[in-house]
Amino acid sequence: MKALQVSRSVPRLGMARIASAISPITATKLGPLAYTSVDAPELPGPGWHRVRTRLAGICGSDLSLVEGHASLYFEDWVSFPFVPGHEVVGELDDGTRVILEPVLGHEARGFAPPFDGAAPGDGDDYAHLSTGQLQPGIQTGFCCSTGGGWAPEFVAHETQLHRIRDDMPDERAVLVEPFAGGIHAALLAAPTVAARQDPSTPAIVAVLGAGSMGLAAIAGLRRYVPDVRIIVGARYPHQRQFAKEFGADVVVAPDELPRAVRRAAGCHMVGDHLSSGAHVTIDAVGTSATVADCLRITRPRGRVVLLGMPADVTLDLTGLWHRETELKGSYTYGTEHLPDGRTARTFDLAIETANELRAERLLSATYPLSDHVDAIAHAATAGRRGAVKIAFRI
Amino acid sequence: MPRPGFVLDVDKSTPPTLFWHGEGFRLEKLPADRSRVIYAPEPHDAIDDVDGAIRTSLLNPIDMDPLPSLLFPGMKLTIAFDDVSLPLPKMKRPDLRQRIIEQVLTMAADAGVDDVHIIAALALHRRMHEFELRHALGDRVYDAFEPRGLLYQHDAEDPDNLAFLGTTDQGEEIEINKRAAESDLLIYVNINLVAMDGGWKSTAIGLASYRSLRHHHNPTTMEASHSFMDQHASELHKSTWRMGKVMRDNGPTVFQIETTLNTDTFPQPFEFLSKREWEWKPKDRALYLGAAKSLAKTPPRLARKIFHGIEAPHQMTSIQCGEVEAVHKVTTQNVYDQQLVEVEGQTDILTMGIPYICPYNVHSIMNPILVMCTGLGYFFNLYRGKPLVREGGVVILTHPTTPEFHPVHHPSYIDFFEEVLADTRDPHVMSQKWEKQYAEDDWYRHLYRTTNAYHGVHPFYMWYWGCHAMKHVGKVIIVGGDAATVRKLGFTPASTMNDAFEIASDTVGRSPTITHIKTPPLMIADVK
Repeated sequence: MKALQVSRSVPRLGMARIASAISPITATKLGPLAYTSVDAPELPGPGWHRVRTRLAGICGSDLSLVEGHASLYFEDWVSFPFVPGHEVVGELDDGTRVILEPVLGHEARGFAPPFDGAAPGDGDDYAHLSTGQLQPGIQTGFCCSTGGGWAPEFVAHETQLHRIRDDMPDERAVLVEPFAGGIHAALLAAPTVAARQDPSTPAIVAVLGAGSMGLAAIAGLRRYVPDVRIIVGARYPHQRQFAKEFGADVVVAPDELPRAVRRAAGCHMVGDHLSSGAHVTIDAVGTSATVADCLRITRPRGRVVLLGMPADVTLDLTGLWHRETELKGSYTYGTEHLPDGRTARTFDLAIETANELRAERLLSATYPLSDHVDAIAHAATAGRRGAVKIAFRI
Repeated sequence: MPRPGFVLDVDKSTPPTLFWHGEGFRLEKLPADRSRVIYAPEPHDAIDDVDGAIRTSLLNPIDMDPLPSLLFPGMKLTIAFDDVSLPLPKMKRPDLRQRIIEQVLTMAADAGVDDVHIIAALALHRRMHEFELRHALGDRVYDAFEPRGLLYQHDAEDPDNLAFLGTTDQGEEIEINKRAAESDLLIYVNINLVAMDGGWKSTAIGLASYRSLRHHHNPTTMEASHSFMDQHASELHKSTWRMGKVMRDNGPTVFQIETTLNTDTFPQPFEFLSKREWEWKPKDRALYLGAAKSLAKTPPRLARKIFHGIEAPHQMTSIQCGEVEAVHKVTTQNVYDQQLVEVEGQTDILTMGIPYICPYNVHSIMNPILVMCTGLGYFFNLYRGKPLVREGGVVILTHPTTPEFHPVHHPSYIDFFEEVLADTRDPHVMSQKWEKQYAEDDWYRHLYRTTNAYHGVHPFYMWYWGCHAMKHVGKVIIVGGDAATVRKLGFTPASTMNDAFEIASDTVGRSPTITHIKTPPLMIADVK
């Protein structure tokens, strides 16, 4: 079958990195991603299903990889060559439509789950991600044993599949995975919100970046974290509009975010830092500049949640040290303990949220796999072009 | 003999009219046979012997005893003076305030007075920079008083240094600078640039606090001030006069010193700006072309520096001292004598070129809120009788209106622009919903008290200044402004004056009458 595949090629990764400064189209053409014939993956064993892809989204982490910006950290957690694509809605052999929860967890790899009812992303030991009955791979879409969503078919374990109702369109379902990531980040704000010094006024949670993940974080905050005032920095008008619709209280351009947080907190500005600031700031972008900005606007002993996948960043951490700020990574999803006392799977919350907000509105365009150069270029420039999510339609 | 103000009816032979456009100019050809241009009276002759006139006035006040007889050893004497917002542009040194205060100090010293404080009466304006204080007061006064803490700037947010004097019969609270309130004699040194200034508007406002100012600096009062240049038709002035009565009854004895200036506004090489275009000589044309072309190529920061460096050649035309209201009556007449221009009837469209400066951006940036305030607050209100533009008419301004703010002078304006205007432009709504938060924001308070920032509430006052105009006119168009910024202000952008007229036709029809008020130099239209 014809699919998009990433091969390990240091020269191509290097060329993509250089070319990405010129254009995403050039980076894609020169980089490690190729539209090529691949064999459909074998089913690894019982409990595995063949999934025919209907829609597969292009994520920021995919773009980093294709453009050669992904961190070398993942070298030992992926297996080449692999087919990318982890935001997937597909169809089983019996025609049932499913959403993929892409993390290749304990059970998919033949290990006992860390606790009863654990989600694939749960647990505090990642050894299973590079061992077991599969080649190394953090998720479907980064593992040569399973294939990925940027192909007509791939394989998935039962624990990775969420069956969906007929009334949930594919265009909505493909947004569930990014929504789950955003909601997980939102829920990481909850403990700091709950522990704040003055519970008589709403906590201030700032979100920097309003692509699909940032918007999902906003939705997650509004729905699942009580008593928050959400202030968003979003670059493009359509992002600002969605942010408002998804529950942000204040939406401003990114360079106005510090002042907006200052006004809400009623604090001073000392140099380029706020004297106080947001209780939690969610960085949905993940560059050196945005992480630094988030540290500057988060109050002492507050939390910065790193939702956007960073690569190599350079940071002056003196402010973090002085202000005792927590810097917390937010990766995928799993089992959540909500502020209202419930326990729920992030994916279930994401399905609920995507249905309520009609998440299909964020799907801006679809492309066939053969047009992957244009698709990736569109995804890389989505904001500028008034788009949010771009996907492959198989 | 200076010529009076003049209303020119535009015909086909009328040359283009010069419009201010921030730190630049434009020439506009107004439609013939239905446009007119109002020109200011030429500058009146100045007093030759300024120091002599000051001395004479101090010794011969109106309705009060001569100043030396009011001075005695052991007394508390406070001298308050108008801040950097006057005059515009700043005058050549020595400033009148310096000349007056030096004579007052000499008389005080002769009388054995040794407890003298000098206070910049800036209300909620920004603190003056050292160079501005030196310019206004001279180096001798500055060096003698400032290092000893005897020359300072009114702090309207210092609760330990404010004194409550009482309430008017309308419930308006009067709270002023404590030193001034407790002095045996308060001498107020005023420069009356426009008829709005002076009287109790200087004394009861310049030393007041937010608690006092909010009683008249609010949308209701501003909307009912028709106009600020006509004290008897202005609710703002009626309120401050009521406060003045309480000050007179419960506060210090006030010795008011008021001065008027002629309208000789522009030095060389900018004197062509004051001239009537059909009287431009080749030299004036060359100067205009040279200035316009080089400004077009000059970076905005440098252009601003050039313009704010202008020192006007305006000179004193009168000085009167004594009882506040008696003095102010004479001052106001002198201002009218210099500035009034008789104008017959109203117009459909009023055009005005907004210059680089207003009272609130001296040595600073004219941000979009100040563009609005200058046009709809000040220039719209340069009338007596009726507004120049009819109700439901159109005002067209020319100004670049870039979204640029001085972060040191106008920090709360930035937030006002980003936050308040994103929510509402209705002055009444913002007054209820937002004003208190800005007035009481600790950070703005800190900046006002310790740096050179306008008070947190100040952008609201600037917006309220345009209340009457906003209610009166049907549309406001800004030519040559940044489109997004103009829209954020609630106005309509136009690239050219002809486009503006085209847009205006939806409101005033296809052949409206047009009046251009060519100011500065300052004038007041006496509209019949």
